[in-house]
Amino acid sequence: MRKLLGRFRYHILVFFAVIGPGFITAVVDNDSGGIFTYSAAGAQFGYLPLWTLLPITVLLIITQEMCSRMGAVTGKGLSDLIREEFGLRITFLTMAALVAVNLTNVMSEFAGVAESLELFHVSRYVSVPLVAVAVWVVVVKGNYSSVEKIFLFACVFYVTYVISGFLVKPDWKEAAIYSVKPVMMLEPSYIYMVLGMVGTTIAPWMQFYLQAAVVEKGITAKEYAESRIEVIVGCFMTSVIAFFIIVACAGAIYSVKPREIQDAGEAALGLRPFGEYAFKLFSIGLLNASVFAASILPLSTAYTVCEGLGFEAGVNRRLREAPIFYALYTLLIAVGAGVVLIPKFPLVKMILLSQVLNGMLLPFVLIFMILLINKRDLMGDWVNPRWFNQISWITIVLIIGLTMAYVGVLVRGMQ
Amino acid sequence: MADNLLFFTELIAMPVLDLKGRRIGRVKDAALVPLLHASRVDRFLVGGGDAWLTVRFDQIASIALGAGIQLSDEQLVPYHDDEYMLRIARDLLDQQIIDVTGRKVVRVNDITMRIQNDGQRDFLAVTEVDIGMRSIVRRVLQGVLPPLWIRRLMRPIPPNSIRWEFANVVEPDPLRRLRLNISYNKLEDMHPADLADIVEDLAPAEREAIFETIDSEVAADALSEVEDPKMQASILEALEPEKAADIVEEMAPDEAADVLSELEEETSEEILDEMDSEPKTEVRELLEFEEDTAGGMMNTECVVLHENASLKDAMAALKGNEDLLESLNTLFLIDADERLTAAVPLARLFLAQNGAKLKDLATETLIQVTVDEKQDRVTELFDKYNLLTLPVVDEDGKLAGVITADDIISVLRQK
Repeated sequence: MRKLLGRFRYHILVFFAVIGPGFITAVVDNDSGGIFTYSAAGAQFGYLPLWTLLPITVLLIITQEMCSRMGAVTGKGLSDLIREEFGLRITFLTMAALVAVNLTNVMSEFAGVAESLELFHVSRYVSVPLVAVAVWVVVVKGNYSSVEKIFLFACVFYVTYVISGFLVKPDWKEAAIYSVKPVMMLEPSYIYMVLGMVGTTIAPWMQFYLQAAVVEKGITAKEYAESRIEVIVGCFMTSVIAFFIIVACAGAIYSVKPREIQDAGEAALGLRPFGEYAFKLFSIGLLNASVFAASILPLSTAYTVCEGLGFEAGVNRRLREAPIFYALYTLLIAVGAGVVLIPKFPLVKMILLSQVLNGMLLPFVLIFMILLINKRDLMGDWVNPRWFNQISWITIVLIIGLTMAYVGVLVRGMQ
Repeated sequence: MADNLLFFTELIAMPVLDLKGRRIGRVKDAALVPLLHASRVDRFLVGGGDAWLTVRFDQIASIALGAGIQLSDEQLVPYHDDEYMLRIARDLLDQQIIDVTGRKVVRVNDITMRIQNDGQRDFLAVTEVDIGMRSIVRRVLQGVLPPLWIRRLMRPIPPNSIRWEFANVVEPDPLRRLRLNISYNKLEDMHPADLADIVEDLAPAEREAIFETIDSEVAADALSEVEDPKMQASILEALEPEKAADIVEEMAPDEAADVLSELEEETSEEILDEMDSEPKTEVRELLEFEEDTAGGMMNTECVVLHENASLKDAMAALKGNEDLLESLNTLFLIDADERLTAAVPLARLFLAQNGAKLKDLATETLIQVTVDEKQDRVTELFDKYNLLTLPVVDEDGKLAGVITADDIISVLRQK
């Protein structure tokens, strides 16, 4: 018995030691784009979309688990593996696409920063440059473990959504019912909304970031059991936060008068009648999420690209040791923040474009992943078991189908 | 660019012509056989119809970029995989290798070869491994543009490559490593800190391969320089207990104890069992102390003399401890009960008269701590008294070990 307790304690300790990659990836997933999608869903359809969260969580877990497993077993990042197994040209094209996609993503994060601070009457000409510089400095001057600590701390701020969800006093009974009761409607805007929720939740960059973070943290196959739990818990956290965002907007906006909202700031304003705190917490949550994602996305992109193409990379290296890494990182932040400041820049279009590009790159990344994880010379005994492989293929086909449908709808809407 | 250079990307898809000048296929891959020759391309794998054929280097008459490969002998055998072959496209391209002079891990983009003639035939010798932007452009454009255009296009991009002699292929599989004649001898001449940096950049399997192969003494130095204690532990864990024990024996006892304390008890016991008795007892004693106390920080390697010893005795003692000299700066004096009585700065010995007593050369005040003193307090003492070494005594006042400034630096760096 004592031995059993001892083992249990050991697992708990290892669990805390491996915390980081899964949590951070899952939580950053609720970036400004995600918050907007969830708010819009809640504002327009109330509690109805809640049922989608559970299946989305399952899809998310299946993809994330594969990445973290590959990271732990091979000790190599996803871009490393793509390079080693599929050659330079495919890697180069994937990386080029990833930079383009993530650049538009960074733009939408900085748009989120501007939006949320404008709710507090801070001009975007002040807030965006300040945040951009702060993000740059923290990462450039930090090392992996200090950066991770800051990121983990930022995760805590997502609790603001939970609180604002409670402050709105939504109809909990209805929320509970619709969480498990699927409602399908053939209304185009409803389908669009469902597709959007899948599209914002599973993005290409996450796969790269998660795997790289697992490697950088030095998680090995031995600690993988704990790491897997961490990834799964992280995925559930994503959905819990999404749940509260939807519930808050359902309670505050939908139950008063259902309507379409244009940005996440509008959702925050909609919470105002339910008290200044509900509004403020929601806005702070948006700010936190945007800043958080704005610091992780450029970092992850620069890291992935340099790893894949064989340039020196990593926050633990100095500027002179990894010039291309820092140049790319700086460029992504500078351009991403810069365009937000250009008057009349078609930002909404850019954000939609970022979703479209995400959706176009994702199928490739997912297919690379499943091909890689089935290579026995890479994964040894850790290859997908047969049954899991079938589930993975179904998942991937499903995600690809949904994303392509979403891309189709978006592209039609953009013309 | 001299005309007799040929890049591997150009060799790929080059036509192979028989005696009558008919094309029998294109080059698919090329291989070195390191046991026969370190840099000569020994086999060309040619793909025509269904199967690949092997062309030995002595079956070739001429090689030219525009014209292709002209054979002198048509007796070709079908290709079958051979463990003595280092295939360039499969085993080298896109893989990580160690740049011994540049002391870093790099990824192979392309291989530069030289077309040489030994009077009878042309053959290819691998001269450089290309790692820079130039080779990326070449790989990406390969097959899209004619080779001569690509050469012209590349001209403005500065080349970046390492000489083949200074490149070290990493092969985790010990059998294949032997057959391919890959050794890590070149790494043994590197500074342990540089070697540690390289090892940190590699994936776990490759890391272990290096530690398995290199000399235990070098391995011990490098392992001490690996910054992350978790990584140190996982390296030791992956090795055979005997090899791990050999390495641990060569480490300073305090560092050995630190690493072992990171391991699971079972594994560290296994390693301790394999160790020689003398270092084993020292390490075991150190393992008893809490990590953040003076006992956990100290090292048992020091030069100790009786308090009545003379200068001559000191010289004799130093001669007997030559392996400690590099970092030694203080001698310690004890009384008949082994209690610490004085510390003598090494430099004072040089100015002392012949026949002087060591006691008279001692520092005016003896600063010491007990084994259970807290780490913070120890660091404080080093700062306050500008210490290089600090003796640690047990509850009876007997000398237990010494803490040196480099221990303090490691502690501070980890904060």
